[in-house]
Amino acid sequence: MAASMINLCRRCLQTSFPFLSATHPVRRKLPQYLRRKIETKTFHTQSGPLRNGEFEMQDPKSEDEVVNITFIDKQGKRIPVRGKIGDNAMYLAHRYNIELEGACEASLACSTCHVYVNEDYFDQLPEPKEEEEDMLDMAPFLKPNSRLGCQIILNKDLEGLELTLPPITRNFYVDGHVPQPH
Amino acid sequence: MASYNSRQFLLRLSRQIHKCQRRLYTNNNAVPHVAIIGSGPAGFYTAQQLLKGHSSIKVDIYEKLPVPFGLVRFGVAPDHPEVKNVINTFTQTAENERCSFMGNITIGKDITVADLQKAYTAVVLSYGADADRTLGIPGEDLPNVISARALVGWYNGLPHDKNLNVDLSCKTAVILGHGNVALDVARILLTPISILAKTDISQHSLDVLSKSNIKKVYVVGRRGPLQVAFTIKELREMIHLPECKTIIHKDDVAHLQPLIEKLPRPRRRLTDLLYKTGCTPSEKDLKLWASAKRQWELQFLKSPTKIVPTDDKKIKSVSFTKNTLQGDDIVNQKAISTEHTEEIECGLVLRSIGYKSVPIDNTIPFDAKRGIIPNENGRVTGVSGLYCSGWVGLGPVGVILSTMTDGFNTGKLILKDIESGLIRHVPKSGKEKILPVLNEKGVKVVNFMDWKQIDKTETQKGETVGKPREKITSIEEMIHATKT
Repeated sequence: MAASMINLCRRCLQTSFPFLSATHPVRRKLPQYLRRKIETKTFHTQSGPLRNGEFEMQDPKSEDEVVNITFIDKQGKRIPVRGKIGDNAMYLAHRYNIELEGACEASLACSTCHVYVNEDYFDQLPEPKEEEEDMLDMAPFLKPNSRLGCQIILNKDLEGLELTLPPITRNFYVDGHVPQPH
Repeated sequence: MASYNSRQFLLRLSRQIHKCQRRLYTNNNAVPHVAIIGSGPAGFYTAQQLLKGHSSIKVDIYEKLPVPFGLVRFGVAPDHPEVKNVINTFTQTAENERCSFMGNITIGKDITVADLQKAYTAVVLSYGADADRTLGIPGEDLPNVISARALVGWYNGLPHDKNLNVDLSCKTAVILGHGNVALDVARILLTPISILAKTDISQHSLDVLSKSNIKKVYVVGRRGPLQVAFTIKELREMIHLPECKTIIHKDDVAHLQPLIEKLPRPRRRLTDLLYKTGCTPSEKDLKLWASAKRQWELQFLKSPTKIVPTDDKKIKSVSFTKNTLQGDDIVNQKAISTEHTEEIECGLVLRSIGYKSVPIDNTIPFDAKRGIIPNENGRVTGVSGLYCSGWVGLGPVGVILSTMTDGFNTGKLILKDIESGLIRHVPKSGKEKILPVLNEKGVKVVNFMDWKQIDKTETQKGETVGKPREKITSIEEMIHATKT
């Protein structure tokens, strides 16, 4: 009974029990094992794009799960990221403060998470859905290797994947100033 | 000698005093304050960039209505809830301790841009484009000739448009324009009411739409299929709309086939869909269309010249002249009118030929012809410390991504100008200086906590009728909801 209850959708749970929220003071005081239980056992039962990035906030549990990928930001800087199987590339980028937006939260209604996939890996990704293609049509600087970051789910075969952010913004920081993340 | 020494001493002293002053100055008053006018995507994305790129900057977002999010709330169609997910990001921005949302304040009336400039390091105009372009043809002032913008406001619960008089007792509607707004309003007019009833569409419009007699919608543009401004997602939605048939005439699209392959990608896929729907529709489409109760028809190369009234001052029809296309670049050809005319009978005309901005304050420069604030990459021309972002500076085009990019760019530009000293960084106190003035005038400022109350009330109201939210459509009621 308790186990089935705890498998409820996390958002619903949080509305009813606000202390489950990661930032809630009560939650912080919970014993470690209980906190971990909440973190691992409660997740959205609806599969697919409704996930809101909390899965990507978890560290890989073992080396077998690790998928190393690299983001190349708008300044051309390479940012290696230690992801894991099942991670959504867009939410993973958010975790590491990489300048990749996700306005529609992976629901295929915008193209703010547009990335270029390095050639060796482009063909390994599942074919884009029609909805993704329709959204890519709206993206400036579209290339043959363009994809939406929110549709890339990591697996072991993607070890070494490189995702380059498109040059949508003119670089105002010519003097080398780098804005601080949040 | 003595006099020289004392002079040197005085010089040193004055330098020292200067240094102290400067230190005082920068230490205590180093926090830049930025005012943003308008809480739509342009405003919020600019705020997001400012807060992210500077560790102590304070940002106050001013909004005319008591509720935030602009066109995300009042423009995005109710059956596109996924587009509204962006509200979560905006909420995070608004909840940043260095950011304040201040609703229910009309700039230009309650407080002027000049007042804001005195209180802020920089002021960003991001109030969008909320007036619409008119056709300037006879009969445009007849009842039931409505701007699509107003209809969008009406079904999205915009207080200004909630009492719009929409008569849907006729069978046929004509929509003038080939943009996404034209397809949005066509879709809302033709979507089965059972689908709309599950969205956050305003109850007053749902009541009217549920009694609608509209069976046919013409979507008419002055140019050809290669020049349409709507995007593929919106077109595909129309083609797959339940209980509705799509009519694209073979004659209009058959000639496109040899051109399709040569077109650049977005235009290629869109043109391919137009061609296939008109010439070789799929089995699935044909099956859907066979049992359709309503239909929509795409019409090209027609410019409206007159809206013809009946004897009792209702709409009888729209007169068009037929156009041909001229120009070497096939995608950017111009429409040239011919002597051929055509008439389409209808009882409702929706004008969807674009938005424009209006000046909110006569002290800021404004390009009335283009309907925008003149600017260079976001710096308002000729006024130091004044910026613009989004549609007010770009013109009303593009999807949320373009507004996001522009908001980010304006944010970065402001930070750069502060750093380089292009905008004078004298101590300013931001909203602390403005709030007492508003208070004295009796303006009830709605903050983000107040909005959360309104939000809660709306969501609860929606729950009782099986909708994600039932929007409050009167400003008084919104303010009232903040007190509960």
